[in-house]
Amino acid sequence: MADSLKMPVEATHIMMFARSIGDDNPIYHDFEAAKASEVGHIIAPPTFPRAVAQFDPNYHLRVKNGEKWFGSGKSPTGLDEPAKSTGGLHAEQHFEYHRHPKPGDVLTVTTRDGKRWEKESKRAGKLMFSETIQEFCDQNGELVVTSRSIGVKTERPVEQG
Amino acid sequence: MALNASKLAIGDKYEEIVVDDLTRTQLVMYAGASGDYNPLHSDDLYSREVAGYPGVFAHGMLSMGLTGKMLTNYVGDGRLKKFGVRFTNQVWPGDTLTSKATIVDIRNEDDGPVVDLALETVNQDGQTVITGSATARADP
Repeated sequence: MADSLKMPVEATHIMMFARSIGDDNPIYHDFEAAKASEVGHIIAPPTFPRAVAQFDPNYHLRVKNGEKWFGSGKSPTGLDEPAKSTGGLHAEQHFEYHRHPKPGDVLTVTTRDGKRWEKESKRAGKLMFSETIQEFCDQNGELVVTSRSIGVKTERPVEQG
Repeated sequence: MALNASKLAIGDKYEEIVVDDLTRTQLVMYAGASGDYNPLHSDDLYSREVAGYPGVFAHGMLSMGLTGKMLTNYVGDGRLKKFGVRFTNQVWPGDTLTSKATIVDIRNEDDGPVVDLALETVNQDGQTVITGSATARADP
């Protein structure tokens, strides 16, 4: 991810995001109901900050014009030599909220690397963990949300059962 | 609707079914809204033949989002101060998930009463897919 990104928070994006997690709560889509609520306006669902991926021009998990994609087209993968590892999986996610983002916010998101470590597992071989910390600050420079994410790369696919 | 600290006890529980028979289309909706287009979650051919999985499976963040729906239904809107999870097992199309919150502490912070919650989401076989914790502001 780039070091610093702008994330404009928009009502339509919040509505689509809430639908995608099956959450019909009016606070995420109904302007009038949200206005009459204790909060007083639409807010974003708690896991919404991770949708910052939409605002990273270089995000590696989005198809880009003129670049080979590792998913399927004519063949099961568009890469000549796909990585043996399945890429990253999400191991942990932690959010801390100072307030909840709302439409009209323009968040500045700064990203830094945290700890890195390795572990052996029976189900997926060597596990390589890496921590990423993101701070979401609003248009007034106030910290809104801190996200701490732990990703894991596995040596082989996770055994099922 | 928010929690009233004076009416709560440690050990109080709340649970709801957050998804019944998870569809592949829901995974596509999550990919589109979140911007995470990893083909593991939407491209069955890739997931089976290249990545070596039985098929597509849910984004961890979709499981967390579903767990968060139970959580905000319980603690009220805009009340969360902290929400964290570990992803302990993958979630597959067809799964039915139940999310549970248990009150582990009721205490005061500078800006008023809060409750600490332990979280767990399980699938239809009773297998845990998420464990976590949260802290929410409560009314007195």
